Amino acid sequence: MSQSKDSTAGNSPDRPAETAGSTRRDFFNEAATIALGIAGLGSIVVSTRYLSPNVLFEPPTSFRIGPPDDYPANSVTYLPDQEVYIVRTQEGFFAESAICTHLGCITQWKPELNMIACPCHGSKFKRDGSVDAGPAPRPLAHFAIRLMPDGDLLVDKLEIVTPSQILKV
Amino acid sequence: MTTRSTHRALDQLRDTRVWKSIFRRGPARTNRTRSLAVFGNLFLHAMPVKVREESLRVRATYYLGSFSFFLFVILSVTGILLMLYYHPAVPMAYRDMKDLQFVVSNGVFLRNLHRLAAQAMVIAVFWHMFHVFYRGGYKPPHQFNWVVGVGLLLVTLFLSYTGYLLPWDQLAFWAITVGTNIISYVPFLGQPMRFLLLGGHQIGENALLRFYVLHIVILPLAAVILIGIHFWRVQKDGGLTVREDHERKI
Repeated sequence: MSQSKDSTAGNSPDRPAETAGSTRRDFFNEAATIALGIAGLGSIVVSTRYLSPNVLFEPPTSFRIGPPDDYPANSVTYLPDQEVYIVRTQEGFFAESAICTHLGCITQWKPELNMIACPCHGSKFKRDGSVDAGPAPRPLAHFAIRLMPDGDLLVDKLEIVTPSQILKV
Repeated sequence: MTTRSTHRALDQLRDTRVWKSIFRRGPARTNRTRSLAVFGNLFLHAMPVKVREESLRVRATYYLGSFSFFLFVILSVTGILLMLYYHPAVPMAYRDMKDLQFVVSNGVFLRNLHRLAAQAMVIAVFWHMFHVFYRGGYKPPHQFNWVVGVGLLLVTLFLSYTGYLLPWDQLAFWAITVGTNIISYVPFLGQPMRFLLLGGHQIGENALLRFYVLHIVILPLAAVILIGIHFWRVQKDGGLTVREDHERKI
């Protein structure tokens, strides 16, 4: 009885791949594992992509700040909505970030001390953004500023420029 | 006299069909049936059937783990009640918090209970960790439960941190500004991690909503799972650590 069972099992079309050392069950197990792995990996990729928003309702990074005559010579003007200082020196204009390079607090221009100070951890910057004291690791970023054909100034916060670049008007 | 009659009444209650259908056993009159009653109860089965007398003394643990768990329960209850009046959206969040303080009946009590219990839980969890450390509770066979405990410490700190943004006041805004800027110092992944956590470049609507979801769903769920493993492993690893000389005395 058992012999005949063995012989039918050997000849059975169910188990043709015995010679290769893998059964149909092994094949399906492997195929299912790979399929589940691909599906799992795919869902991780899709979910990760989902977490990063495509449209942000944040202030524009490039904005007009009016004509140069709005800014008197030797002045520092803070624009609270854009968190930017517009500095006009004898030579011309430059725009610099008001965000402290240490941990992102908003700095304040102190005209009586002629410096930019951060209230969070006491970093101090010169008017040109270079670090004077405190834990700030880098000088304040300078943004590109240019004169539009219609006479307005335009600041682009995505374009970081070297502090030596000054717009002469 | 009264205790004996209460005991008899309870015994009779445990012999009823309704009791037996709910708890699957009758009165526990022997140590064996008492053990079976603990084993057969969903809420108690992770608990030890027997404990060393030494581990029940106050100075053995100062009940710091139980105290942390008790605070977690208080935080869950008060947190769910606070959710009934709180909208995680930008103009409303701050107003809802002020409403809770000045308009809603007992709102200020619940809010302060939630806030103080949160601060107490951070202290209790740290104290628990120091106490376990000085008792040598991280040594074999308790190594894995120490790791779970470190996970619980991190979850507690993240819960505390995400909850900090929800009042949407100046303190919250600047604390999260500084904290998320610390994240951006991570090499290579820092900026993307900050962007994903805030859902943008700035702390705004998206950041508030993300911190809210983390605070009320993801982190508490992680805490509940880790707490379950933590309690279960205390029993599986042979009970609480007691001082060896005390153990020998027993």
